[in-house]
Amino acid sequence: MSDRLTVCSLGVRFGHTEVLRDLSFAVPESSTMAVIGPNGAGKTALFKALIGALPSTGTLTWAPGTRIGYVPQRLDLERDLPLSGRDFLNAKAALVGASQSEVKRATQLVNLGRATALRPIGSLSGGQFQRLLLAFALLGHPNVLLFDEPTTGIDEPGEELLYATVERLQREEKLTLIFISHELSLVYRMAALVLCLGRRGVSCFGPPRQILTPDTLERTYGAPLDHYLHDVHEH
Amino acid sequence: MSISGLLLSGSMAVAAGVVGCFAVMRRMTLAADAMSHIALPGLGLALVLHLNPVVGGIAMLLLGALLIWGLEQRTGISTETVVGVVFSTALAVGSMLASGEELLDALLGKPGVLSPMELVFGLLAPLGVVLFLIRARNRLLITLVSPDLARTVGIRVERLNLGFLLAFAVTVALGLRYLGVLLMGSLIIIPAATAKHLARNVRSMFLVSVGVSVGATVLGSTLAGLLHRPTGPLIIAVAAACFFVSLAWRRPA
Repeated sequence: MSDRLTVCSLGVRFGHTEVLRDLSFAVPESSTMAVIGPNGAGKTALFKALIGALPSTGTLTWAPGTRIGYVPQRLDLERDLPLSGRDFLNAKAALVGASQSEVKRATQLVNLGRATALRPIGSLSGGQFQRLLLAFALLGHPNVLLFDEPTTGIDEPGEELLYATVERLQREEKLTLIFISHELSLVYRMAALVLCLGRRGVSCFGPPRQILTPDTLERTYGAPLDHYLHDVHEH
Repeated sequence: MSISGLLLSGSMAVAAGVVGCFAVMRRMTLAADAMSHIALPGLGLALVLHLNPVVGGIAMLLLGALLIWGLEQRTGISTETVVGVVFSTALAVGSMLASGEELLDALLGKPGVLSPMELVFGLLAPLGVVLFLIRARNRLLITLVSPDLARTVGIRVERLNLGFLLAFAVTVALGLRYLGVLLMGSLIIIPAATAKHLARNVRSMFLVSVGVSVGATVLGSTLAGLLHRPTGPLIIAVAAACFFVSLAWRRPA
């Protein structure tokens, strides 16, 4: 299978601080890669480099014809911004040439009700807003979905629903999925590949069951993660 | 007020109402007000060189927009900060160049006989601004929610920001004669702030903002004629009254 994304010796800087250094990995088409690591290891910076929002060194190659749908971690919005979910989706639909029926389908896929979509986006709950962002990402038939810690600010049933949706979509639409998560159980369940980012460069890359040993996790997080592993082995 | 005067100030008000919506949604409320002051050194310089002050004002505003954009790109400092610095500098330089009554006219506006060039500019520029904003509205909306999301949709965020700043600068220039440097920023911001308070979606925000802007301009100018008072302050007083009345309305939750 050909690779959707190839990254070779990638480096990213914030001013004088080196956030990522000499990072190499490849993601095959229609597969799932999880990115794990402690806060400040550069997970979000990696995503920003992948969408071209942060300058990077090295090579970063998306296969021709790649259309990225991006679900950011959280957005800092004013509560009284007079922009409804529908306005927001319609704006993208107009730009990518998606029809009203596609907008409707996207909101149905993520379980976003009509009344919710008509409310100002700043007034939506964490879960509702994440689903709106997912619907936004899905417009225009992306073949890659970048998901940045989608569970922040969502209760557990909401989180389960969101992941079930993403899993179903990935199967149906043959999406290449790259997601950031702190939940190792999710990584085992969903990801064929995992990229661990530690604070000092890459710790590991490969299939989760081969790579996620207590040793590599300790190197990634800088501390033993007994309870995580315990959790995983129980299931 | 003459028909041509009404037409000119009306189209200025439409442009101000539309530009203001984006400025307010982009959280440029203070920056927008301050940015209009950048015209001042241009007005002063034009007076010194015996040129049409409006030409000087436009030149300086466009230059200011480019400067703000450039600084923002280079340094990554927020627009608000950059505008704050550029505006204070402009105000200092401007008040050194202009003096006395000239300065007061520049600050508060002074309707007079329009040159044919001003007439053409006054009609074509608002049309250009409004057309640009209508065309760019989807890109502007996505970018104000998240520049990162905008990039994934293929929006060239930097270029779009420059376009918006230039449209903003042109709109300020339109108001220099009627409202002056001090008050034009307010005509851009107050109607949009009123609309933001009342509206629940983009369409209604635009309608309310343009309505308040045009209403305030027409009513303010008429009152100014009746009361023999300067136009600018009355226009802004009417707009501000709309804003305070809107506060009494609760937006439906």
